[in-house]
Amino acid sequence: MDTWTFGWTLALIGMGGTMLVLWLLSLLILLIRKIFPYQHPEANVKKG
Amino acid sequence: MESALASGLQGLFLGVANLGLGHVVMLVIGSLLLYLGINKGYEPLLLVPIGFGAILVNIPLADVMGKEGFLRFFYDVGVLTEVFPLLIFIGIGAMTDFQPLLENPKIILLGAAGQFGIFLTLLLALALGFEKLDAVAVAIIGACDGPTAIYVSSKFAPHMLGAVSVAAYSYMSLVPLIQPPIMRALTSEKERQIIMGAAKREPISKTTKIVFPIVVTIFASILAPKGAPLIGTVMLGNLLRESGVVDRLKNAAENEITNIVTLLLGLCIGATMEANNFLRAETLLILGLGFIAISLDTAVGVLFGKLMCALTGGKINPLIGAAGISAFPMSARVVQVEGQKYNKKNYLLMHAMSANAGGQIGSVIAAAVMLSVLQGMGIIGG
Repeated sequence: MDTWTFGWTLALIGMGGTMLVLWLLSLLILLIRKIFPYQHPEANVKKG
Repeated sequence: MESALASGLQGLFLGVANLGLGHVVMLVIGSLLLYLGINKGYEPLLLVPIGFGAILVNIPLADVMGKEGFLRFFYDVGVLTEVFPLLIFIGIGAMTDFQPLLENPKIILLGAAGQFGIFLTLLLALALGFEKLDAVAVAIIGACDGPTAIYVSSKFAPHMLGAVSVAAYSYMSLVPLIQPPIMRALTSEKERQIIMGAAKREPISKTTKIVFPIVVTIFASILAPKGAPLIGTVMLGNLLRESGVVDRLKNAAENEITNIVTLLLGLCIGATMEANNFLRAETLLILGLGFIAISLDTAVGVLFGKLMCALTGGKINPLIGAAGISAFPMSARVVQVEGQKYNKKNYLLMHAMSANAGGQIGSVIAAAVMLSVLQGMGIIGG
């Protein structure tokens, strides 16, 4: 593989891949927050 | 008797006799690093041991990096095996609070944009004639993350480890000087005055904080398996912190382990700065490209901030894009200071901290993606 094919491939997939993985991570964070929502301590006391 | 005395005296002066100009220059450079660390406070935890290591390795005939040299032992055990940077990552994970990021996850995208300098610098390094893997090692300075730079360069270009590490840590400490002019050049005064106000931050449950490092490790490592050691160690450290049940391990990770490894790692990096290896035109190129990499990170981060500003109808201050680099929490503080220069009532710190935490994950993910793409292209082994 010549230098420029290597460089552009790594640069484009690298930038795109980093953006994609972090975007998916942001969605994953939203999902985790939905699955494990914050429960206010007072709500727990009332339940108890 | 006379000849024995003469031989003895000769032995005493062998070091002086073997002292070359290169040694002297490197002793000065080592001393300069010590000065910057001690007097100027530039990343002293790393620059002091690096500077001292550089002095030790350039003492003629001391042979500290020879086959049986004491620094060679630590170098072989900790740097060649990549164990030292990984241990430091556990400490970083234990010290990092990802709460700002969990509260405002879309800001993580700034942490991706803040890594683009890595890939743009790769192209520059290739244009300047660096070999493929050498170019990767130079470009990774743009991660603005010392352990990542050390991990990658020790793996693929160990002959450049000293220059890459010195560049990475020096520029990280110079972030307050490097970033502001770029931030000002790429934003209008009106943009810099945008008040983001108190973010609508939803409280985060403890379970979310515990699940986060586990999910990130599994998810990101499956997507970029070559980066599993980097991602896994940061997230392990964070799990120790958030689980709340292993305080002893958390404390050890962020104190004893990090301190000991930082000392040894710094010495080993300094020990790679032998005159023959360091005093080359290539070193100047590496230092120059490192500066460009961090500048490009900042520029792309701010430009991405402008894009987010436009897409959200002016609700995001583009300055926080500069905190998408991994220099934590220094670049977030820079953003806060710059924001307040143009609007005294503007408090960007918490927003910038979100971007900065995103940058920390972003740098590790960028390196992981890079390694996996290299593996996919067959440039590195599986």
